[in-house]
Amino acid sequence: MIILKGGTVFGADQTLADVAVDGGRVVEIGTVAAGPDDRVIDCSGAWVGPGLVDVHVHLREPGQEWKEDIASGSRSAAAGGFTTVVAMPNTEPAVDSGQMARYVHDRGVEAGVVRVVPSGTISLERAGRKLSHIDDLWAAGVRIFTDDGDSVADAGLLRRAMEYIAELGGIVAQHAEDSGLAGRGHMHEGAISSRLGMIGLPSMAETIIVERDIRLVELTGCRYHVQHVSARATIEVIRRAKAAGLPVTAEVAPHHLAFTDRLVESMNPVAKMYPPLRSDEDVAALRVGLADGTIDCVATDHAPHSAHEKDVPFEEAPRGVIGLETAAAAINTSCALPIADFFDRMAVRPGQLLGLETGPLVVGSPGDVTVFDPAANWTPETFVSKSANSPWIGHELTGRVRSTIYGGQVSFQLGEDGQ
Amino acid sequence: MSLLTIEGMDAAEISRLLDLADGFVEVLDRPVPKVPALQGRTIGMLFYEASTRTRMSFERAAKALSADTMSFTPSGSSVSKGESLKDTALTVGSMGPDLFVVRHGSTGAPWRVAEWTGLPVINAGDGAHQHPTQALLDCLTLRQHFGSIDGLRVAIVGDIRHSRVARSTAQAFAAMGASVTFVAPATLLPFDVGGWPVETTSDFDGLIAELDVVYMLRIQQERGGGDVFPSIGEYVNRFGLTRRRADRLPAHTMVLHPGPMNRGVEIDPAVADGPRSLVTKQVANGVAVRMAVLFDQLSGTGSR
Repeated sequence: MIILKGGTVFGADQTLADVAVDGGRVVEIGTVAAGPDDRVIDCSGAWVGPGLVDVHVHLREPGQEWKEDIASGSRSAAAGGFTTVVAMPNTEPAVDSGQMARYVHDRGVEAGVVRVVPSGTISLERAGRKLSHIDDLWAAGVRIFTDDGDSVADAGLLRRAMEYIAELGGIVAQHAEDSGLAGRGHMHEGAISSRLGMIGLPSMAETIIVERDIRLVELTGCRYHVQHVSARATIEVIRRAKAAGLPVTAEVAPHHLAFTDRLVESMNPVAKMYPPLRSDEDVAALRVGLADGTIDCVATDHAPHSAHEKDVPFEEAPRGVIGLETAAAAINTSCALPIADFFDRMAVRPGQLLGLETGPLVVGSPGDVTVFDPAANWTPETFVSKSANSPWIGHELTGRVRSTIYGGQVSFQLGEDGQ
Repeated sequence: MSLLTIEGMDAAEISRLLDLADGFVEVLDRPVPKVPALQGRTIGMLFYEASTRTRMSFERAAKALSADTMSFTPSGSSVSKGESLKDTALTVGSMGPDLFVVRHGSTGAPWRVAEWTGLPVINAGDGAHQHPTQALLDCLTLRQHFGSIDGLRVAIVGDIRHSRVARSTAQAFAAMGASVTFVAPATLLPFDVGGWPVETTSDFDGLIAELDVVYMLRIQQERGGGDVFPSIGEYVNRFGLTRRRADRLPAHTMVLHPGPMNRGVEIDPAVADGPRSLVTKQVANGVAVRMAVLFDQLSGTGSR
């Protein structure tokens, strides 16, 4: 039995208690006496809640294992307090069939430190022309369908996907970016892109796709999830859709809550990702949207790239930053959510998207538990991930994951294995 | 102590470099236009973009100061074998240059070279971002001709959006007291020039009788500048410095162009070669300005 001793538990209410996990389940909450064979983990000063869930990570396997693989990405996720991650399907080849999805799932089981849920593409080979093997993907456990990395540009194709996936009860997730408006943009279109002479990628490129897609949600009734929301205007569109009772959800990435396009002035490609870092107004609106629940969850968009790939001029660099190991701390630093909202946005609601029984910890809850110290200060320097393209290197963060319990086993413990 | 950007440089600093350049104008007029000021110094030239005048001007400047140069161009180098900018910079850097001169198609590349090598870098043009020595030579040219830049009314006309020259030169002119107006269709203006010391207009004809200086820019086809207006003919009608338009300029008004010129597009050949043109003067001044900058960087008196 694992006894998480003396933390503030996100449960029926938020009180100091011990949490006992045994046989893959939470078996006791209260004052738990430790027996000689029990492992006691000190949680004083920390929050104890359901294991974090990230619905948007790039584990790069198969095809780009020099950046990350499912095993290394799993360990990185565990170090960040995650017990479930959704692997994006833009691998090489893309996850557009049940066979590919089962491969990703099985590699996750082999790694064994986090639940790796495959997502599947909307279009065959993620090429945006024909539907992927949707039934086959569904049978292999896929619940989220996305061509992430690119928008589904063809509204006719997206309509057919939504009609089809709505019948299954699946979710269409969109990387919202109109390719015509985005052009060859490298960073947020604004005063800083103008000054730096870089082609800008306007916020409108995101908002206009979400506006369009919501019309298709009205038509099809399909569950629709907006990936990595970055722009203030997009949040307004989502807010209206939710008010109208449409089955629309949204995620935000930690970097979009923390940094603006001013980070690009460093000329360092660690500030390059799509959607790009936007303005102060956008960051403020994203924080409000996450706090008031318009944005349902945090998702890292963990996108590893090797050092040599990022050691180039900004415009030539691949897009994306890693985020798994810093997400919880970054959200705490940027947004300072109270314990209930923190676990709601980082675990409960993203878990619900996947149909997991994630919720406040009660006796009988799954043995997926995260221990997070909201007051610990630290500065990220090195990572469990194969890659280190993090914008938080050298930035002090407040809050740190101390322990992660996955399936009743300790999958990460701060201070062990050189951590 | 690199020279990466003109941003933040004030009139005093620009004037100091122009004064230094004046001295080198005099050197270049001598029967033997060479001084031993940088003897034994080596300058690494990394030019990743096509360049005639900037590259030759830096080479000429280095040689007139008795410095040695190591020149690199991508064709015929290891870049064609896939070598990265970083590896090339470190490779050339290990051959012992005292300073790099970097031209690159991507914004910020000279900053990265400075970061990777730890050597001073002169930015010879990065993407559509900055070209500080161009700004200095433009200032020198105006100061020579008009005596002072303060109070001059300058129009910079054409593809501002894709122009590092506009970004650098406008700031330098404004710092020296000129009033600068960007003249371009909306699609060739930067998205947001709110914080810049410039006015903007798309009405070239409405402005033309009030100008002291017309600074014409080329349409940067290679950066997408040709895709944002309907036709060259339409562009020339509204924004070209045609003979008819040049005839409406005040008698004292002078014309500049950073080159390369597209004759018959942004500038009529008769205007380019006519009495108002300071184009060849700009090129000549480029050598003196680059001597000044190299000397400033390598003699240990530079303040940036």
